[in-house]
This record gives sequence, structure tokens and C-alpha cells, in this order.
Amino acid sequence: MSFQAARPLDAWNWLILPGLACLVASLVLALPFQLFGFSWPEPVFVLVPAFVWAVVRPSILPPIILFGLGLCLDLMWGNAAGVWPLSILVGYLAVLATRGMASGQGREANWIWFGLMCGLVELIAYLVTAISTQVAPNLAGAGWQWLVTTALYPIAHRLIERFEDTDVRYR
Amino acid sequence: MSLREGPLQDLKVPLTLAAALAAVVAVVAAIALLISTRREPLQDQVYDAGRVVADRVMGPVSGVLSTPGQWLAAGNSAVGQYLFAVQENKRLKAQVAELKQWRNAAIALEDINSRYRDLLGLKIDPPIPMVTARVVLDSRGPFANTRLANAGKEKGVVIGNPVMSETGLVGRVVGVGDGVSRILLLTDASSRTPVLIDRTNARAILSGDGGRNPTLDYLRGAGAVQNGDSVLTSGDGGVIPRGLPVGTAVKGLDGRWRIRLAADEGGIDFVRILQFKGFADLAHQAALAQTRMPPLTDANPAAVMPMTAPIAPKPSVTPRPVQPQ
Repeated sequence: MSFQAARPLDAWNWLILPGLACLVASLVLALPFQLFGFSWPEPVFVLVPAFVWAVVRPSILPPIILFGLGLCLDLMWGNAAGVWPLSILVGYLAVLATRGMASGQGREANWIWFGLMCGLVELIAYLVTAISTQVAPNLAGAGWQWLVTTALYPIAHRLIERFEDTDVRYR
Repeated sequence: MSLREGPLQDLKVPLTLAAALAAVVAVVAAIALLISTRREPLQDQVYDAGRVVADRVMGPVSGVLSTPGQWLAAGNSAVGQYLFAVQENKRLKAQVAELKQWRNAAIALEDINSRYRDLLGLKIDPPIPMVTARVVLDSRGPFANTRLANAGKEKGVVIGNPVMSETGLVGRVVGVGDGVSRILLLTDASSRTPVLIDRTNARAILSGDGGRNPTLDYLRGAGAVQNGDSVLTSGDGGVIPRGLPVGTAVKGLDGRWRIRLAADEGGIDFVRILQFKGFADLAHQAALAQTRMPPLTDANPAAVMPMTAPIAPKPSVTPRPVQPQ
């Protein structure tokens, strides 16, 4: 038995499946369906794997996959191409930069950390949209999206619990 | 010799550093992409091939996925209609009684209108053909408000066509593919629509901001708008016809005039795409092209132009009042 710091991960379960699941979830919530006059919220599901990939096991592939996922969101939602790749990758970089400080913390601390990352991503998207359209987007809408995205942290926590053993440096 | 067996076999790139470098490269790529594709909704070339392909893929997929939701909504609606049938019947009877009065007034006004048109020899706009489409995707985030409808090039939809729901203007087409078209909603941050206040005829620009109630900008004059005023499209610019219902004016919490959209009162599942053509499109282009401009010359215009007799002054006539018969 070797005591390597990191052992290879199954790319399908670690990278591809979460990415595809995020796209499908985003597509389902973008369907034109109203219940009692209310539409579904529109959270940024991609931030869940972005956070987990940066926290548990950084590598070269996740930024490339996040770029692709962000581009898919732009094409699906009708944003200018590049808004979501840029915003998500800035969030990924921020988590990566603070990884050493926050790794191994408890659930609540990680939730706050995830919320801060979501806030940064929303801020970047807000600024890019404001600059490109010359109109300040609706703050309440951005705040609502931040809230529903932050509420997705339990999914990120499940992913962390499942994959944290793959890199002992995280624990 | 593979890399693992070579002199680089002991080389190990720090994971975090490698990830950070890859992310920085991806960020640079995203910024380049953002700069290279500016979002200009009415320019055909901006709606590039990538978006057309993506819409063509997403259209049928989301069409299939949205079908169960539509069945559920239809079932919900049927149950609601059954449970509240008596109440709905009373409301509809009152509405019919009110509408009968409006119908009589409309017939009288139509008669007066047609007489005025005959007297003035006025040429009115031709009727606008429409295409009905089902919405298969509805993006409603703070940074983009668009919809995907399942009618495209094959039905004659073109970029710029206005889109209405059963109750009011929804937006306009910004991208078209085979069997699918992308609609930019009035609430999108990049949407600008020329409108007028029905009561005062004051012009304004309706600007979306990603929220439910877009703002009225460039509104001039004191008292040009009041709470509850109807807002219609002004037709300025020739992209959208005049007189389409947009909504009612309300004062926002931030002190700005906003619009409660009429389209919000209806369903979001079906839309009508108006195949509107502005005056420039309706004009007989072939006949206009045959009209030749006079050649450029440096000669004195007075010498070139044919001499015409000077206009004699009109004799002064005192107008007489018309005597009643």
C-alpha cells in the first residue's frame, strides 16, 4: 500500500458527470413553466463543481471544463459570449487562492466560503453586463440569483465528502 | 521512449500552480471572447454560427423536456377552471356586458375613421402577417432575458420581428435558425424600445434592466406620465409598428417610472411573431433603384435647368364664409 498524497481520480465521476448534471439542471430550470404565476429560480449550478474542483483537488482540466460550461450557459441563456466563463473562472481562482486557509474547515465555514465565491462571481457578471449594455442590471435579481445559488451548497458538501479522500492534503 | 521513462520522469508540476495557470489562460480566453463578440441584437452577423447551432440543438431538446410541464400546467388550469367555474362565469358575464358597449363605440369609430381616410386619401399600413410559435426555453436571470421559440427561417421569421403574447409586446427576434428563433425580451438589460404614453403622446425609451419592470428613459415634459397610463409602442425607428400594447406606467420604489408589462398577465408558453416590415421594406425597391440621379457637374445650375415662367402672383381674394343651406 502506497501513501501517495494524491491518487488518480475517475474522470467520469469527478469531472464529466458533475458538469453534465449541471447543464441538465440549468436546462430543466430554464423551461417555460410557471406554477401559480411564479417561474423557477435560475441558480448557477456550475458554481457547485467549480467550488469542489478548486477545494478538493486542483488540476489543469477543471478550468478548461469550466470555460466550456460557462460558454454553454452563455449560449443557453443568451448572454454575450464570455460573461459566464470569465465570472466562473474568477471565482475558481479566488477559491484556489484561499484554499490553504480554508481547507478542512467545517460545513458552516465552507458554506460561507461558497457564498462569498458566489457573490464574487455575481459581482463580475454584474460589472461585465453593466459595461457591455451601459445599464446597471437589477440588483434584486442579482441578489436573488446569488441567494438561490448559495443555497446549493449541500450538493457541494456531498461532493466534497465523496471525494475528499482522494487528496489527503485537503483534510 | 515515453515521457515517464525519460529524464523528466521525476518532474512534478505543483497541482495548484498548474490549475491556477490554466485558469489564468482560460480567463484571458474568456476576455478575448467577450471583446470579440459584442452584443448588437439587430446585426445579423453578430448572431454567429455557434449560436445558431446551439439554438438548433437546444430547441428540440427543450421542446421535448418542456412537454410534461405543459401537460402539468394544462391539468392545473383544467382543475382551476372546474373548481372556480361559477365565479368565473359571473366575472365573464360582467365583462361581456361591458364589452358590448365598447363594441358599439368601436363600430361607430371605425365608420368615422373610414370616412376620414376616404376624405384624406390616406394610405394606411397593410395588415401584418403573424406566425404562432411555442416557447421552448425561457431564460430569466438578472443578466439575460431571452426566450427560444420553435419557429424560424422556414416560416419567414427574420431578425428584428416584434414578438407579442396574447396580451402585449414581449420583445423582438434577435437570432434565427432553422426551426428556432431567439427572442430578446423587453426586460433584458440590452433591450431598448421606443414607446409613447397613450394619454399625452409623450415619447420615451423603454429600457430593460433584468428585472420584471423595465424603466421609462428620456421621458420629456412635466406631467407626461401618471400612474396607470397606458404605454404603447411609438413605431419610431421603423422596427416595431406603432400602437402595440406594452403595459401600464407605475412609479418604482427608486422614484423612476417603470412599466408593468401587459405580457406578464398572459401565459408564457405561446407567442406571436409579427412579420412586420417598415416603410423602407415596403417601398418598391426595384422602382426606386431605376430612378436615376442627375449626373454630377460643375456647370452653373441656372444654366443647366430649363427656364420656367415666373410664377404670377395670385389675385387677392377675400374668403367668403360658407352659407348654410
